Amino acid sequence: MAVLVVADHDNTSLKDNTNKTVTAALALSNDVDILVAGSGAKGVADAAAKIAGVRKVLLAESDSLGQGLAEAVEALIVPLMANYDAVLTPATSQGKNFSPRIAAKLDVAQISEIVEVIDGSTFVRPIYAGNALETVKSSDGKKVITVRATAFKAAGEGGSAAVEVIGAGPGAGKTTFVSQQLVKSARPELTAAKIVVSGGRAMGSAEEFQRVIEPLADKLGAAVGASRAAVDAGYAPNDYQVGQTGKVVAPELYVAIGISGAIQHLAGMKDSKVIVAINKDGDAPIFQVADYGLVADYKAAVPELMDALTAAGV
Amino acid sequence: MKVLVPVKRVIDYNVKARVKADQTGIDLANVKMSMNPFCEIAVEEAVRQKEKGVVTEVVAVSIGPVQAQETLRTALAMGADRAILIQTDADPEPLAVAKLLQAVIAQENPDVVIMGKQAIDGDNNATGQMLSALLGWPQATFANAIELSAGKATVCRDVDGGIQNVDVALPAIITADLRLNEPRYASLPNIMKAKKKPLDITEAASLGVDLAPRLSVVKVTEPPKRGGGIKVETAADLVNKLKTEAGVL
Ligand SMILES: Cc1cc2nc3c(=O)[nH]c(=O)nc-3n(C[C@H](O)[C@H](O)[C@H](O)COP(=O)(O)OP(=O)(O)OC[C@H]3O[C@@H](n4cnc5c(N)ncnc54)[C@H](O)[C@@H]3O)c2cc1C
Ligand SMILES: Nc1ncnc2c1ncn2[C@@H]1O[C@H](COP(=O)(O)O)[C@@H](O)[C@H]1O
Repeated sequence: MAVLVVADHDNTSLKDNTNKTVTAALALSNDVDILVAGSGAKGVADAAAKIAGVRKVLLAESDSLGQGLAEAVEALIVPLMANYDAVLTPATSQGKNFSPRIAAKLDVAQISEIVEVIDGSTFVRPIYAGNALETVKSSDGKKVITVRATAFKAAGEGGSAAVEVIGAGPGAGKTTFVSQQLVKSARPELTAAKIVVSGGRAMGSAEEFQRVIEPLADKLGAAVGASRAAVDAGYAPNDYQVGQTGKVVAPELYVAIGISGAIQHLAGMKDSKVIVAINKDGDAPIFQVADYGLVADYKAAVPELMDALTAAGV
Repeated sequence: MKVLVPVKRVIDYNVKARVKADQTGIDLANVKMSMNPFCEIAVEEAVRQKEKGVVTEVVAVSIGPVQAQETLRTALAMGADRAILIQTDADPEPLAVAKLLQAVIAQENPDVVIMGKQAIDGDNNATGQMLSALLGWPQATFANAIELSAGKATVCRDVDGGIQNVDVALPAIITADLRLNEPRYASLPNIMKAKKKPLDITEAASLGVDLAPRLSVVKVTEPPKRGGGIKVETAADLVNKLKTEAGVL
């Protein structure tokens, strides 16, 4: 059985999600290749070749692949699947965009967001906002899988796979890239960060969100997250959203400030190692999952927390 | 311009799903069911495009049991013009749903399909992309803004790290993300009017699509429960616990 892993990258750097997906792939097979589809992405392919356990790296480059257009990525991968029994893609917004297309073209089910590999055809995946775990067995010949990267450890370095340049495929046809605006941030990436500080509706404004959440995140070297309510109200950008329909995070420490703990929010953070909640309502559902709860107004509690951190040498 | 909006009947988003004791699935007996929230957003968008005069007809379609008629009536009360139920008691997987929708599209010839990005029961986030691949129509997923004009749609998409703008030639598949709009509540007069709007029922079996599941469910279990936490009195206590007890600082 040979498995193809589709790399997560931004044409410049390889993302940790790729290493984690390789771990899931190695649970299926020893023959794991990585595909880097992009443009100007040779450096990404070289980085992928260093992941331990990888057999070969395929590099395909074109404008539409670099723009991540789903039709182009799918048209590249479907013919490659003649050589593979499974394709694993990190369940990022990009992976979710093209992976189901591959499944449809191969006439197989997609197995979405797996968190565990039981055997070559049996997988565990969360359903109903993570309120249940479903173990499914696939009867399809080829497996098309997206991987919830936070559920797997990152494969290490030490490999020295060859990089093979392949054709870019036919492109996207009826979809045209117009523009994109990506937020540049010096902070660690939300899904890979060791500590995440998230703010909720309680912040009341974008200014307040920045005034309260950002310095605490700076102090802890943390990524910043938000509840949907905070995103909806414009306090935080959309890609900060943690939850069932936002990003799934599982850091060592998750600090929820002024977040009530709706089912949909918990779905995105309840696998964090340690959860801290600061909320003035002692009955807020967030306290049911919090390891350490502080019932307090954040306006007083966050400055005190900053001071206590300083006092503790953080 | 004609819009088709696929809508799914699912557990209400406010209800916490409970795993059945025999681990065969989720207990849906006597549980409140509603339209999938992302499908509501899709219906709202189609109706707003009609109110703007860009769209002339909004057709809602649901694949599901006889009770999915209620979901379709909700879509009609929000402003859809007519509805189609593809009736089945099986709970088809996204691939089968996409194939059934493909069959409906062959009959209805819409210019654009606006649907949810994800159904909150299976959390698959797959059907729209599959439908696009099967039809050979372009796709724009996770839309937060849609502009329809003759022959094309300009869509702003939510992506990791920011936003992306794409143009898709029509006919096309668009999937709705949360920020696209805030769905309206149907007014009582509109709920009454919706009762008189046409709702056609077709047996799924008559569409010649193989509905057999490709994934068999071995078991459904509860996720591991988190151990009970504690309340701390002060921020200093908190930092102390994080340092000495949890070891995360
Ligand atoms: C289809 C769908 C998908 C969704 N997906 C997501 C998702 O991915 N992620 C997500 O987060 N949500 C999601 N939601 C929304 C979710 O249901 C909740 O509405 C949302 O999480 C609430 O955000 P919040 O906790 O910030 O706001 P609220 O629920 O309003 O909570 C605010 C909290 O702040 C506390 N507070 C107020 N003032 C203070 C103060 N001064 N000091 C301390 N505490 C204070 C209050 O006690 C309260 O608990 C989704 C909803 C739907 C329908
Ligand atoms: N049974 C169904 N009937 C109608 N539409 C559906 C059905 N299942 C899925 N869909 C559509 O596909 C979207 C994504 O669903 P999913 O791929 O299952 O997460 C939903 O928001 C609906 O618009």
